[in-house]
Amino acid sequence: MTEVTMTVNGKSVTKSVKGNTLMTEFLREELRLTGTHVGCDTSQCGACVIHVNGEAIKACTMFAAEAQGSEVTTIEGMANADGSLGVIQQAFQDHHGLQCGFCTPGMVMSAAALLKDNPKPTEHEIRDYLEGNICRCTGYHNIVKAIMAASGQDVSGIAAE
Amino acid sequence: MPKDHGIGASPKRREDVRFLTGAGQYTDDINVYGQTYCYFLRSDVAHGKINRIDTSDAEKMPGVVRIFTGKDFEGVGGLPCGWQVTDRFGQPMKEPGHPVLAQGKVRHVGDPIAAVVADSLEEARNAAEAIVLDIEELPAAVDMKAALGDGAPLVHDDIGSNLCYDWGFVEDNKGAVDEAIKNAAHVTTLELVNQRLVANPMEPRVAVGDYSRANDESTLYTTSQNPHVIRLLMGAFVLGIPEHKLRVVAPDVGGGFGTKIFHYAEEAFVTFAARKINRPVKWTASRSEAFMSDAHGRDHVTKIELALDKDNNFVAIRTETLANMGAYLSTFAPSVPTWLHGTLMAGNYKTPNIYVNVKAVFTNTVPVDAYRGAGRPEATFQLERVIDKAARELGVDPIALRRQNFVTEFPYQTPVAVVYDTGDYNATMNKLEEMADIKGFAARRKASEAKGKLRGFGVNCYIEACGIAPSNLVGQLGARAGLYESATVRVNATGTISVYTGSHSHGQGHETAFPQVVAEMLGIDESMIDIVHGDTSKIPMGMGTYGSRSLAVGGSAMVRATEKIINKAKKIASHLLEASEADIELKDGKFSVAGTDKSVAWGDVTLAAYVPHNYPLEDLEPGLEETAFYDPSNFTYPAGAYACEVELDPETGKVTIERFAAADDFGNIVNPMIVSGQVHGGLAQGIGQALLESCAYDENGQLLSASYMDYAMPRADDVPFYSVDHSCATPCTHNPLGVKGCGEAGAIGSPPAVINAVIDALQSGGHKVEHINMPASPQRVWAAMHG
Repeated sequence: MTEVTMTVNGKSVTKSVKGNTLMTEFLREELRLTGTHVGCDTSQCGACVIHVNGEAIKACTMFAAEAQGSEVTTIEGMANADGSLGVIQQAFQDHHGLQCGFCTPGMVMSAAALLKDNPKPTEHEIRDYLEGNICRCTGYHNIVKAIMAASGQDVSGIAAE
Repeated sequence: MPKDHGIGASPKRREDVRFLTGAGQYTDDINVYGQTYCYFLRSDVAHGKINRIDTSDAEKMPGVVRIFTGKDFEGVGGLPCGWQVTDRFGQPMKEPGHPVLAQGKVRHVGDPIAAVVADSLEEARNAAEAIVLDIEELPAAVDMKAALGDGAPLVHDDIGSNLCYDWGFVEDNKGAVDEAIKNAAHVTTLELVNQRLVANPMEPRVAVGDYSRANDESTLYTTSQNPHVIRLLMGAFVLGIPEHKLRVVAPDVGGGFGTKIFHYAEEAFVTFAARKINRPVKWTASRSEAFMSDAHGRDHVTKIELALDKDNNFVAIRTETLANMGAYLSTFAPSVPTWLHGTLMAGNYKTPNIYVNVKAVFTNTVPVDAYRGAGRPEATFQLERVIDKAARELGVDPIALRRQNFVTEFPYQTPVAVVYDTGDYNATMNKLEEMADIKGFAARRKASEAKGKLRGFGVNCYIEACGIAPSNLVGQLGARAGLYESATVRVNATGTISVYTGSHSHGQGHETAFPQVVAEMLGIDESMIDIVHGDTSKIPMGMGTYGSRSLAVGGSAMVRATEKIINKAKKIASHLLEASEADIELKDGKFSVAGTDKSVAWGDVTLAAYVPHNYPLEDLEPGLEETAFYDPSNFTYPAGAYACEVELDPETGKVTIERFAAADDFGNIVNPMIVSGQVHGGLAQGIGQALLESCAYDENGQLLSASYMDYAMPRADDVPFYSVDHSCATPCTHNPLGVKGCGEAGAIGSPPAVINAVIDALQSGGHKVEHINMPASPQRVWAAMHG
């Protein structure tokens, strides 16, 4: 067992973990932050995307011990301080960018990472960036639209609803 | 001006807030105190005889609580099939046993052999490694045609062949169809494959079994589209647990698309094992495990003939299909290639003579059952492809040929049993032509050609039978249960409402859309109404969500229950207002006496219903809660026209979807935003089938596509923005909301449009390619061009 200390959603946590404990297991089982989802076992689906030191990471590809000393943000840390939805979360709701909600945390975390580096991405850039996030419900239409809207672009020309 | 509340409005989805903040509660988020973990040891061969399973070493491994094998399930029921098809000769289908854990033989890669229950998943997995298996591998039946041949390996030795049934529909019409084809001016023939797919909801299946010794009650938390159906099947047929001692909960479920309808071995196992060890048991599928244990979809091989007279009127259709059942009969499997497929073979057209033959085949593969559309995509694909081929052979416009043969008068009795109540296929085609900008296509093709690319345009129509299902009719067709739906509307003393529905939401947004209906009827604010679903301990009964039935059937039950509420509330109001009940009107959440200014508010009536000082006790019981069951009198028939425009790179064979337009008639619409979202998702799955997805087995029955590395899921950069419309509405005539259902249309209607467009692109480049099987991958397209 190794002791790890990290900051998760602004709070410092210290826990003993086994060397092979994945970050997904650590977040879901140790911290009970169950918003980070596991949709595959080959790092393809992106339902587990979190931010580690500001970078989007698939939490299933990382051991908890590797996050020692890191700043970690999960979907549970994306709302505004008053509890209201953050800009990207709000855009997903406004534009019906989610259905079953299972891929959604990963989508929001990926979108946030994209917009940090590229504040006004084109449709093509968004679709390209989301290569590592699979959604089976929405057909991506409203996800792409929501991300464009979250970046302040006018989406009224994109087919309604 | 669009409405801002009630039926026809698009309020933001209330469930989104929890999903967007990580507060959703999916089955894998549930841990029960004292929980153990289960790992299934599964067959790695397609077919084999189990000579020996030695668990003695494994049992000594750390953390192991107990190891179960098929032996533990001797005398326990197998997984039941919910639909019995009668064959052409009046005989019932062959129905082999489907044990929870393999008994004597393994019949597909992934067939569970043993289950290790341990304190942690890691310990369970490690112990499974220590189980010694002696399995004698047998030759496997994989290809359907070969499986029906003499000397083929038998999946089930006791049946004597791999034929489940040989079904003819309508058998009495066969002679007339043969005759019409013989005498036709033109016959177009097409042989095609509708490939095997995996539904792949993003949430893998999970099951948690719990047992309370104190009251002898079992609880199963499961990723299901229909918890009551699981309670009924598992309780009555597998484990023998009476319904009042069995609770099934399906909390937030991360997508279903059909594959979470069925009752699975893992659900029965964790419930069974929790009772045996007196501790909760949890199983979470890995994605690879999902690929080898979730029921698959499609997998038909078909020959279709379309006969036309000299004026290009359709005169007959004859089809022969081999349909793969896999190794066992999954819950609804036999119905998919028959009643959900043969009954739709008329499509949107008036073809007087139709005969459908389906041979269902057992193979050493994962069981196949309903996947989004279920039978209807298979019917639509072959019909719309053969019409396109006929148009090319005859040198006529494919849209004109379709229009000429459209059904235009309703109700329309098809020659394949069903009666279409309403529709306007010319209206959706008109709308589609406008959306697809057909006039601009020539210029777009020119622009593509200037870049060295080919461009193709494809169109098709579809019709489906939804709102499953009229119970009397499906009973005649072989369903072993009626398909009612129930709703309870509980009005609380302060006027808020809980609606308990047997429908289940796993992405469809019922928590938002259903209150729109009740709020419209009562004239109160939607925020006063909550939807409760997914728990057999709360909801009286439910057949669940599939076959685009939630609003048409579950919503109708909710309307009926709300009508009862209104009737009783009016009685209470008439007492409070000292007026005749006949004079009471309900408007904007207020009961008033017609022609007067006397009124009483909704909240006053609801309060009076529960805690009255002044109540007509001799005439009326207190309380305001009503339950209704609804059974539809017919299916609903959503229909529409779809168009796809592709660009094809002749250098690589890669096909790109440039434009996609869908004009649907879903009848009345409750929430246009949600309806469009349903269509978008269906389109992506249909495009995925057409261009990307394939569940592949090798000749020995090894599953080659068991992860997202090998199974090509549609990604954001594989699809365009879609253009969708549902303004051409002909309301359903037989349900109170006039709704038809929208969940499956996109997946049903899109594959033929894509392939028709690919063929059009190839032909425009001078390639004489008449058909290409799905998925039209770069390799296949390139091979077809150079074939």
